[in-house]
Amino acid sequence: MAKNDLLGASLWDAYSNKVTTLMNNPNHQGEITPEEVEKNGNKLIVADFGAESCGDAVRLYWEVDPKTDIIVNSKFKSFGCGTAIASSDIMTELCIGKTVKEAVKITNIDVEFALRDHPDVPAVPPQKMHCSVMAYDVIKKAASLYLGVDEGSFEEEIIVCECARVSLRTLQEVIRLNDLTTIEQITDYTKAGGFCKSCIRPGGHEKREYYLVDILRDTRKEMDEEKMRAAADAGSKASFEAMTLVQQIKAIDAVIDENVRQFLIMDGGNMEVIDVKPSPDYIDVYIRYLGACNGCASSATGTLYAIEATLKEKLSKKIRVLPI
Amino acid sequence: MKVYLDNNATTMVDPLVVEAMMPFFSEIYGNPSSLHKFGTASHPALSKAIDQMYKALNASDNDDIVFTSCATESNNWVLKSVFNDHIVSGEKNHIITTEVEHPSVLAACKALEKEGAKITYLPVNSEGIVEAHVVRSFITDKTALVSVMWASNETGMINPIKEIGAICKEKGVLFHSDGVQAIGKIPVDLQDVHVDFVSMSAHKFHGPKGIGALYIRDSQPLSPLLHGGEQMGGRRSGTLNVPYIVGMGKAIELATTNIEEKIATIRAKRDRLEDALLELSDTFVVGNRENRTPNTILISIRGVEGEGMLWDLNNGQIGASTGSACASEDLQANTVMLAIGANSELAHTGIRLSLSRFTTDSEIDYVIAHFKKAVERLRAISSSYAKVQPTVGGESKACELHH
Repeated sequence: MAKNDLLGASLWDAYSNKVTTLMNNPNHQGEITPEEVEKNGNKLIVADFGAESCGDAVRLYWEVDPKTDIIVNSKFKSFGCGTAIASSDIMTELCIGKTVKEAVKITNIDVEFALRDHPDVPAVPPQKMHCSVMAYDVIKKAASLYLGVDEGSFEEEIIVCECARVSLRTLQEVIRLNDLTTIEQITDYTKAGGFCKSCIRPGGHEKREYYLVDILRDTRKEMDEEKMRAAADAGSKASFEAMTLVQQIKAIDAVIDENVRQFLIMDGGNMEVIDVKPSPDYIDVYIRYLGACNGCASSATGTLYAIEATLKEKLSKKIRVLPI
Repeated sequence: MKVYLDNNATTMVDPLVVEAMMPFFSEIYGNPSSLHKFGTASHPALSKAIDQMYKALNASDNDDIVFTSCATESNNWVLKSVFNDHIVSGEKNHIITTEVEHPSVLAACKALEKEGAKITYLPVNSEGIVEAHVVRSFITDKTALVSVMWASNETGMINPIKEIGAICKEKGVLFHSDGVQAIGKIPVDLQDVHVDFVSMSAHKFHGPKGIGALYIRDSQPLSPLLHGGEQMGGRRSGTLNVPYIVGMGKAIELATTNIEEKIATIRAKRDRLEDALLELSDTFVVGNRENRTPNTILISIRGVEGEGMLWDLNNGQIGASTGSACASEDLQANTVMLAIGANSELAHTGIRLSLSRFTTDSEIDYVIAHFKKAVERLRAISSSYAKVQPTVGGESKACELHH
């Protein structure tokens, strides 16, 4: 939020002239009938995507020359807002003259780009980016019908954000490399989640298979686990001060288990680590005595010194042990 | 011709209202709280505005009508202060409202829910109405407040406020109504109906934006939302917005004088428009006319997406509104539309036309003609009316979007 965001954007003013023109007068709106296709000896493919009850629906028509696989004519019908109609129109234009296999390579990014007046200025405001995604989906569907293959076979990667076409692998890499911790950072680095926002978390405009919140959480978890493993591998060589609180407690427990606990148990007692609190001069380790140790005179003197000396030697000179 | 049919969003300020406000900008500008003549000079006009408000709503002299900045403030004030007074500092834990309230009620309730209040969001029936027996069935001995809008901004449907008020009175539960879409449009008599709090806003009845009010029955306690200089008897701090209060008084007077006549004129135009649009095939209007604010039509046009329709109307210089998912910034389907009919098509094909007393017959003629042309054009593009069916296997799967 800042000065430029105080007034909500005027959605329609952010459309390019091309979007406006095609919404008002689409060039390829209409149907291709089986009769005219038959006359030319070609094949008709008709594919639907979306539904009126979803708020967006498009029907794509292809007349394909079976000898060359070239789309010789294409039309559309659309139930949708201005950008949906304009995107559908430019989509048919991009299809005409291409082979079916070439057409599958047309993405929503290409559709949006073709709608721009100027290469650097987006054709639609961010929340309208998803309209062009339908164009991509319906092309894949039409191609799968023509080629007799599954739609999924066209997608080499798992796309998490369709508006910006960001893959799962890219997201995981970017989070790792740049140590990202927030969704806002992910959007800044990759543009994912910056448009229709459906991919951020469940409950948005569209249901997704993967959500940024989950990817961030899972990737961070993996990163933490890797860090822990690395720390554990480094063993006593790892700096105790640099460990996380949980790592520190585990390290203390390990030292106690190895060097102290058996002697306490032999005398009918035991101890547990309650907390670790670092300060500039000390790392205070709070412990609680259990069983016979509780109230034993030595627990405040000899035993305590022994525990502290062991931890100091094994982990850090700054450790101070405080029984509670 | 330019035609504004979005009067449920806001209205033109009546030039008579502007005229009444003018002296209080640069001539009589003193602070009404001051002791000197500069300040007190505004008092007669303020008293007059207060009288106009009480008269228009038939409020009793024992009631308070407190000026606020807008109905959003009034709604927040009631909800947050009842929460503080009766839930945080009292024995209650529960507030009842409806799924179709204005965001200033719904979002405030969501915020209170986070702070520990139990909130029940009542459903509406297929006409968009909250039924009184449903309200009764959800009241418990822990219910602090019932908040039900008087009339809906989207559908214009009028809720049974008198019946709900009687139930709340009988059960000893406070009753608030967001009266924004009712006041100035239909008769509101606050001595005939039992309501504890009513929110209102001047810009919905040809007054200026930035001024609203809260009616408080019997001057009953309600801790203030804004603390400060103790204006309005300590109920609402902040220097009195003199010109806007004067404007609101004038506006409510103009809207409610001979209101039955005004209703009849607006209604005749609305009905004529509605009848003409319903001549189109595959259309329907939400809610029965008898129980609707006289200026509102919410029409669904099969095969025509709401924002696309608004676009074409806008090209014809007609301002209307839609609750369609595409038109809103956050792409959410319209909650009111979804609440009234499980049929989610309406959520994307609804167009709201709302008239005012300034709407003319020739404007209605123009809208009828242009509206029909737009529907014809968009249906020609629409996949819903396409004849050639998809290749086998190319049919759409079930809706892939969330609602």
